Amino acid sequence: MSRIAARFAKLKAEGRGALIPFLEAWDPDSATSMAILRGMPGAGADLIEIGCPFTDPMADGPTIQRAGRRALDGGASMAHTLAMVREFRREDDATPVILMGYLNPILSYGPQRFCTDAAAAGVDGLIIVDLPSEEADLLAADAAARGLDIIRLVAPTTDDARLPLVLAGSSGFVYYVSITGITGTRTASSAELAEAIPRIRKFTDLPIAVGFGVRSAAQAAEAVRAADGAVVASALIDTLADSLDAQGRAGPDTVRRVLDQVRALAEGVRTARVPA
Amino acid sequence: MNNIAPGARFGANSLRSGPDERGRFGEFGGRFVAETLMPLILEVEQAYNAAKADPAFQPELDAYLKNYVGRPSPLWFAQRLTEQLGGAKVYFKRDELNHTGAHKINSCMGQILLARRMGKTRIIAETGAGQHGVATATVCALFGLPCTVYMGATDVARQAPNVFRMKLLGAEVKAVTSGAATLKDAMNEALRDWVANVRDTFYIIGTVAGPHPYPMMVRDFQSVIGDEAKAQLREAEGRLPDVAVACIGGGSNAMGLFHPFLDDSSVRLIGVEAAGHGLDTQQHAASLSRGRPGVLHGNRTYLLQNDDGQIQEAHSISAGLDYPGIGPEHSWLHDIKRVEYVAATDDEALAAFQLCTRTEGIIPALEPAHALAHVAKIAPTMDKDKIILMNLCGRGDKDIFTVADALGVKL
Repeated sequence: MSRIAARFAKLKAEGRGALIPFLEAWDPDSATSMAILRGMPGAGADLIEIGCPFTDPMADGPTIQRAGRRALDGGASMAHTLAMVREFRREDDATPVILMGYLNPILSYGPQRFCTDAAAAGVDGLIIVDLPSEEADLLAADAAARGLDIIRLVAPTTDDARLPLVLAGSSGFVYYVSITGITGTRTASSAELAEAIPRIRKFTDLPIAVGFGVRSAAQAAEAVRAADGAVVASALIDTLADSLDAQGRAGPDTVRRVLDQVRALAEGVRTARVPA
Repeated sequence: MNNIAPGARFGANSLRSGPDERGRFGEFGGRFVAETLMPLILEVEQAYNAAKADPAFQPELDAYLKNYVGRPSPLWFAQRLTEQLGGAKVYFKRDELNHTGAHKINSCMGQILLARRMGKTRIIAETGAGQHGVATATVCALFGLPCTVYMGATDVARQAPNVFRMKLLGAEVKAVTSGAATLKDAMNEALRDWVANVRDTFYIIGTVAGPHPYPMMVRDFQSVIGDEAKAQLREAEGRLPDVAVACIGGGSNAMGLFHPFLDDSSVRLIGVEAAGHGLDTQQHAASLSRGRPGVLHGNRTYLLQNDDGQIQEAHSISAGLDYPGIGPEHSWLHDIKRVEYVAATDDEALAAFQLCTRTEGIIPALEPAHALAHVAKIAPTMDKDKIILMNLCGRGDKDIFTVADALGVKL
């Protein structure tokens, strides 16, 4: 069983949803983001999403755009991101790690070589924002051959006629983009989630995580009441950005503040009532 | 990554039948967008196909092009320029005489008619030099639709007259400060707007790039340039040109000129990229000459990028060519070698700008000045009975401040 499947099975047995915090690789520097990554499982992360910096993140709001910029200015690359995961795996063999990013750096790395190196580093799944179902064959075989899950985005605009196509190539879990919009902006209401998640469940048995606009512990709790996991990204990066000095360097409390927030979010998720 | 032999994929021995059903020209093109946009992209494709099949659509567009845009644009034999260059006869396709001063409105008119058919009530666009922004703002004023134009903050500063024009026309101009704050970043921001406003908004893309069906659709709307020129040259000279030349940023004016000639194998087609400070510097916009294939803004195409797949900033004195990518059909035509792609530097374009102004009394935009720079290189090497057709795709009023600055003149 893959790490992702094992983790969701365990959480289901415990009767709770997953907290999936996000960090941008190398934001604002290698050591700080490595320390945050290492600390996340202890702070309550059930799965971890690592953003792969890209110059042109067209689905991301200003918060993640700036995070990517800081990382790239600091020398981040795809190879560095994979090295982070390899390092993390030395001490954690259970927490699933998902890379989220855009296609071009993967194409540039070489799709086959990328899937090989990512799997060897200990990556469990990929979320590629600009690779819709219509283009998925570009990576699907290489990813499957190396046991990497392709985690598909489902949006409010993905109607019932289209859902089967999108879900057909999905594995690991389904990422529900809860709003029509970019990351870190609007938040979906609980009524919207209560309608959307059962609609997707009609078409899949995979776990469903909710992302885009989940910021607070209360919202994370709301998300796992409707779904199986909550992804929190921009809110954590806002905290990180807030802790940087005027030159954009990490402060003495950067890691602690981000991990404290992960703890608070985990508390919200763990106390949420999970549907039977 | 193999080259696709001409006709092998599209069949019918024609280079004009692409793209395929996945929006691919060979290995280029496609629909690399976020899932949120995907249903909308498919809806645009369906609506465009329905419009093409509707016998009322093209006549409606033609009427606007004739009576509002001022088509057909003239074909001009540049006699003094020809004499001065001392070789092939040079003809200009005068698309700078269109309403709003460039070829951009050809496609804006087609796209806004499509938006209206789809029941969309709000228009967005990206712009570099501001020509596409002005053309979009113009058709929005004509049809009474609200319009938001995304423009890099750098371009807002260097193209102030066009910014004011757009505002006069009632458009909201949003300055984009991310990245180098130029055309690429404006397109990112327009795509972000579209993701957030999928239900009521139509995105009028300015060039033959973006996700399918845009490269095909914009090409179709711009092909009026080559169709007209072909007929006009037949009337003037009784034959096809020997060479057709156009500048390339994203490549819409070039695609419009070239497409009707793709199957005429006697016609050499030459696209001129912006070499900026030189192809061997880091300051150019020559995606085909110096880039490699990748994915940006919804399509797979040649891009300026580093070893990690990060997109690099382009540079050109011409804001309209200042883009690190190129339309996917050009990438395909490059790989199958049907079109030759060359480059002209900032300095060469400036020299051609002045040459055109003094010998023909036409102030060209800096974009077609790149095409003219190449015409000035090849015309003297060709016999006097040969014919070069060049697309003069925009007028230079917008560029006089940039040119004055480059020439060290204080206005």
